[in-house]
Amino acid sequence: MSEMSKITRTVASLAFPFILIFGLYVIIHGHLTPGGGFQGGAIVASACVMLLVAYGSENVGKRLKEEHLSTLESVGALGFIGLAFAGIGTAFFYNLFANTGGLFGNTVEFGINAGDLNTSGVIPWMNIAVGIKVMAGLTAIVLTMAIASNKHFDKEGEE
Amino acid sequence: MMFMDWILHNAPVLILALPLLAAFATPLVGKLGKWPRNVFVVSVAVIVEALVIYLASDVIANGMHTYVFGAASGILLPSGYSVPVRIIFQVDAMSVFMAIISATVTLAGIVYSWAFVTDKQGQSKYYTLLLMMAVGMFGMEFTGDLFNMFVFLEILSIASCALVAFRISFSESSEGALKYMVVSAVGALFVLIAIALLYGQYNVLNLAAVGSAIQFTALDKIALVLLVSAFAMKCGAVPMHMWTPDAYSAAPAPITMVLVSASQASMYALFRIAFTLYGVSMNTGAVGWFIIILGVLSMFIGVTMALPQKDIKRLMAYHAISQSGYMLLGVGVGLATLGSSAFNEYGLTAMKGGIFHIINHAMYKGLLFLTAGAIYYRLNTRNLNKMGGLGHTMKWTAAFFIIGALAIAGIPPFNGFASKVLIYESVFRFSPLLSIIAMLVSVLTLASFVKVFHSAFMGPRLPEYEGVAKEVPWPMFVAMALLAAIVVAMGLFPNLIVDNLVTPAAQALAGRADYLNAVMGGA
Repeated sequence: MSEMSKITRTVASLAFPFILIFGLYVIIHGHLTPGGGFQGGAIVASACVMLLVAYGSENVGKRLKEEHLSTLESVGALGFIGLAFAGIGTAFFYNLFANTGGLFGNTVEFGINAGDLNTSGVIPWMNIAVGIKVMAGLTAIVLTMAIASNKHFDKEGEE
Repeated sequence: MMFMDWILHNAPVLILALPLLAAFATPLVGKLGKWPRNVFVVSVAVIVEALVIYLASDVIANGMHTYVFGAASGILLPSGYSVPVRIIFQVDAMSVFMAIISATVTLAGIVYSWAFVTDKQGQSKYYTLLLMMAVGMFGMEFTGDLFNMFVFLEILSIASCALVAFRISFSESSEGALKYMVVSAVGALFVLIAIALLYGQYNVLNLAAVGSAIQFTALDKIALVLLVSAFAMKCGAVPMHMWTPDAYSAAPAPITMVLVSASQASMYALFRIAFTLYGVSMNTGAVGWFIIILGVLSMFIGVTMALPQKDIKRLMAYHAISQSGYMLLGVGVGLATLGSSAFNEYGLTAMKGGIFHIINHAMYKGLLFLTAGAIYYRLNTRNLNKMGGLGHTMKWTAAFFIIGALAIAGIPPFNGFASKVLIYESVFRFSPLLSIIAMLVSVLTLASFVKVFHSAFMGPRLPEYEGVAKEVPWPMFVAMALLAAIVVAMGLFPNLIVDNLVTPAAQALAGRADYLNAVMGGA
């Protein structure tokens, strides 16, 4: 994929931070609102893919390496399983941090309320881990496909 | 002792969680180099194998293990809401029996891959996916929850599919993987619809809870048809076998071996659905006969399709279909006689034969696929017409092939004989014709493997393979020797295996009430 027009690039650059923030919002509010790690991660990845389309895979491929994204993906997955392991003193997947008063450790209020972000124990952490994994994984997939199709077109051009 | 108790209590989840953790750690460890990564993966496989054997010894001695996820204790909620809503693992003798097979095959596959996988790219991802396959198999075997069975089936299918396509530069790899993917997706959707039908009626997903509430309504019948056909498709029974030869022959040899075990995990799910979820609530005679007919068709069509093959792995893949027919036949006879006096006379023996054949088949067919992989590793061909005279230089591979071939043909003193005799004798009392077909298939199997042995290993040395056809590297040798030793040991002492592993497994599968009471007893 080659670079697109200047208008597209400018709009993509302008929209990028907003999409990024929205994706992070969906990830971090996973335990309160519809969405969560996977959906938010996909939104963040779509922001990266938008840049990839606007600026072309050659330019983005120089800054963003598939290898690094794969590492990030492994880290996300390990974080998720590690959090599941953290509760193994009681049971696997036990919610260790719920109602402990620390970060994400408030007790959920009873009845109708606005929703407290600072609750749910390990669940927000797991959402963050899944978000990292999905963001890195999806971006890596699209990047790999874009670079592969690049090579394919180059070869056809030579023939 | 405290530590050992803790390990034993958490063993069902550790068996799953350790390979899962290792799967995602492998790409990171892989950055240190090939040796640290391989040592890491092999040691995880060894630890998992040890955990499985430790858990199996306890389950067989002291009964079923139930592991509840995410809660301090018990499957019921603290408020006293007496419906099992938590996710559980329920591990009985049948589950650990299957887990022993999966763990052993995974270990052998990983050791073999050390030398076999020499591709420049994607080695770390190969091990990640292989460990994910193990996770999927263990999950299907341990879970006590219908929806989780679907999730693990998907994990297994996706990891297997990616590994079938591992050598994507060959066109046949993508063809095999595509077929496998289509079959897996269709099968998984069948399972999902069936689970939705059951959930819609009974409002629970727990296997034991649905099993104890099941009424065998019209919707349950539809769910049964969907579940049986999906799992029969996934275990490669004729007439849903068309993906098996393509996927098995296109995958790298160690993956093919693990795929055999993956198909057996689907077969376990089929048996679990038939015996535990529905059990005597359905017409066991009709469903039993259906499974018997699937088995006989698989046996006969599998072996007749195998005879004319020229591709060594394709030939073995058709034999894998044929051999899974024996398992379906044996356990199908058990299901058809379930609840009648004939069950204790010969039905249970037929089930023992069928279940014993599962472990035997995993070991000798794994061994045969590994020898085929060894030939491919040296000669770079799977075409039997291009081979010859390998017995001169690949002596150990030839010896391992003989062990595997005699075992699959049911020649004493190898393990295939022991399970086939159990099947012949008990099935003869059920229906003599079925037993005769089973024996005939065995003869044809022997004929087919005589052909393979003759064209690959006998004859003069071929000049084009001078210096190429050497003995395989030691990791491949170790993996084959491990399986060959198990085949010989199980053939020499079949009574030990039958008494200590197979009989508890058959009784656990038939003993529906124990499985249901373990969860529903207090409710």
